[in-house]
Amino acid sequence: MNAVPISYYLVLSAILFGLGVVAFVFKRNIITIFMAIELMLNAVNLAFVAFARSFNQLDGLIFVFFVIVVAAAEAAVGLAIVIAIVHNRQTLNIERVNLLKF
Amino acid sequence: MSLPFLLFFVFAATAVAGALLLILAREPIHSALSLIVVMVALAALYLLLGAEFIAAVQIIVYAGAVMVLFVFVIMLLNAGVEERTNWSKMAKYAGLPLALFLLLELAHWLARSEAGATIANGAASSGQAASTRALSVLLFQQYLFPFEVTSILILIAILGALVLAKRGE
Repeated sequence: MNAVPISYYLVLSAILFGLGVVAFVFKRNIITIFMAIELMLNAVNLAFVAFARSFNQLDGLIFVFFVIVVAAAEAAVGLAIVIAIVHNRQTLNIERVNLLKF
Repeated sequence: MSLPFLLFFVFAATAVAGALLLILAREPIHSALSLIVVMVALAALYLLLGAEFIAAVQIIVYAGAVMVLFVFVIMLLNAGVEERTNWSKMAKYAGLPLALFLLLELAHWLARSEAGATIANGAASSGQAASTRALSVLLFQQYLFPFEVTSILILIAILGALVLAKRGE
């Protein structure tokens, strides 16, 4: 029924992960950097689902489920940290958050 | 070109375009909206792979809950146009080549992997309705303990978010 080889999905996953890394390195806004992390997690999820289909094992889908749960928890805590940073330093620019910078 | 190929390329192109928009947009709200496009396209790809439960969870939890949280924080903090700063030389000259190298290497090895050679069976191999049932059996029997630990993780995340976002001491 579905004639698309798994490697197509895996390469798409790699492309999305690479774009997530680029966004993570180049964006200056701390919220956008969090979004880049979410993008990378999504790319990994796609690889998990593709492998689960290719090996005909459902365990990969369970791991996707756990990754989604952990990503949701991470987003909640991360955005709380963002709010705390903005209250302390009045900026969203990551370059102004340099208290620990050597 | 058969229909699955066509659908795959349409949604793959949508996902990549959304990811590029996320990088190029200067307003955080535009980045958030393009990330929602990526997530919906990925949900469609999960449907193509026969993982309909994961597709539904992707839409509900990611495109729904998590992105609403992002948009809420963007609105709350009144995040405007990203400030233009002189990019650090490290990011420019080391970060971009390394990111491209990582992308090429990942694509190369994933395309060459043994698993990649197999053809996706689609939803035909295991019945559509049975898939979610099999998933739930696996989740609540073999993976019951991690599932319960997840609830503790979420409880800790709620407490952490409350403590961190609380104003003042």
